Amino acid sequence: MSRVHVQARINGEETEFLCEPRQSLLEVLRDVLMLTGSKEGCNNGNCGACNVILDGRLVNSCLVLGVEAQGKDIQTIEGLATPDRLHPLQQQFLEHAALQCGICTPGFIVAAKALLDKNPHPTEPQVRHWLAGNLCRCTGYDKIVRAVLSAADAVRDGR
Amino acid sequence: MYDFDYASPRSVREAVSLLERRGDDARVLSGGTDLIVQLREGRRKAGLVVDIKEIPEVNDLSYGPRQGLRLGAAVPCYKIYGNETVQKLYPGLIDAVSLVGGIQIQGRATVGGNLCNASPAADTIPPLIVLGAACVIAGPQGTRTVPVEDFCIAPGRTVLQRGEFLLSLRIPPPLKNSGAFYLRFIPRNEMDIAVVGAGASVVLGKRRTVFVSARVALGAVAPTPLFVREAGDALAEKPVSDESIQQAAEIARAAARPISDMRGTADHRRHLVGVLTRRALEGAIRRAKES
Ligand SMILES: Cc1cc2nc3c(=O)[nH]c(=O)nc-3n(C[C@H](O)[C@H](O)[C@H](O)COP(=O)(O)OP(=O)(O)OC[C@H]3O[C@@H](n4cnc5c(N)ncnc54)[C@H](O)[C@@H]3O)c2cc1C
Ligand code: FES
Ligand code: FES
Repeated sequence: MSRVHVQARINGEETEFLCEPRQSLLEVLRDVLMLTGSKEGCNNGNCGACNVILDGRLVNSCLVLGVEAQGKDIQTIEGLATPDRLHPLQQQFLEHAALQCGICTPGFIVAAKALLDKNPHPTEPQVRHWLAGNLCRCTGYDKIVRAVLSAADAVRDGR
Repeated sequence: MYDFDYASPRSVREAVSLLERRGDDARVLSGGTDLIVQLREGRRKAGLVVDIKEIPEVNDLSYGPRQGLRLGAAVPCYKIYGNETVQKLYPGLIDAVSLVGGIQIQGRATVGGNLCNASPAADTIPPLIVLGAACVIAGPQGTRTVPVEDFCIAPGRTVLQRGEFLLSLRIPPPLKNSGAFYLRFIPRNEMDIAVVGAGASVVLGKRRTVFVSARVALGAVAPTPLFVREAGDALAEKPVSDESIQQAAEIARAAARPISDMRGTADHRRHLVGVLTRRALEGAIRRAKES
């Protein structure tokens, strides 16, 4: 199948790639662009491990075609930290031990980032509701929720 | 996933001509939350995927006091529940769009896709039916309009013919003293498919003590979403009371034709129809009184 030329802004950088129409955005990120932070859990929209922010909206990249990225703005987990500093969400996930195997973590962090971008001071029920589309089979979720709430505080206090 | 071509037409005419030329070999792509999974799992086949999201008409979300709501087929759930007019005038639709999947799904999933996918359990279809919504279908002969209750003909099948696609939905402006409500039963709080869904709408008299008219529609209890006309008709001119509501719920229960599957037994579903129909009617009445 002939490949399609796509231009998109990924983590702030203009990026060009070639992809087949059948390739998902997740496959493009991982296999074409070597951005392997986004994970494949279920590949059917249920687990959130593949979460990215597409034009400001949280989506499952396994349910987006790579060709649909044309002209879009995409933020992935790779775009959160700077060379000298982790994002407060990443820092708080570490401090709260909010991960064990880690496969779900990029998805949870990207999902939480989308929440804090929209609502910097969420309540616990709001965090739980927002993260209902992300599955974790290790942590029992509670530490993840604590980490997100502390990250919100950290952002507010400018930490 | 096996290979397919991708096209992103910019006009209705271009989309229709692609769909007409390729027939069953083409599939429309809206939010992709059903289609991409189905293609990947081999449950649907397509040689060509036609992404309609660049067509202006399918992105329309506008309201006029005479024409009512125009909801483009590719408007995602989050835009619908984020729209103040819809929040104010069509809370029964908000009930459904805010419980489709999680936040990630709502960022992409559309009401048009939910309808065209024609799942018996689709959450937006019962509220569309009770709101009296109509499908505007574009095709080689121009556009035609079909009431939502006549759109799905079997699981996964709709009235759409070769070359046609769903352009938009029209929902009439809410009448005075009216209200609508949708709810479903699932065993967890979020992220599941309805065991049963029930939608109801009511129009009450001036003093809000009698029903002028009502509509009831059910999900996941028949091969297609089920419009139970008799249940609503039984309420016309009846007093707003527990007895009349219970009577309508009984009619809905009798109309349901559920099956047993991994989500529940037929008996459980039939019981749920009675309970959910009553609650949907009570919710609709509450909203009509607040309106
Ligand atoms: C994790 C997860 C959770 C979900 N939860 C729910 C839920 O709670 N409730 C629920 O009802 N559904 C749920 N779904 C199913 C799905 O998200 C919805 O049915 C959604 O509304 C489909 O819309 P879409 O825009 O993504 O459709 P698409 O996947 O783009 O299309 C669906 C089907 O309709 C056809 N189609 C789409 N648009 C048109 C058009 N304009 N004209 C003609 N044909 C068209 C496509 O070819 C395809 O066959 C869930 C899915 C996932 C993956
Ligand atoms: S891999 Fe995309 S939701 Fe699970
Ligand atoms: S840490 Fe293992 S799945 Fe979440």
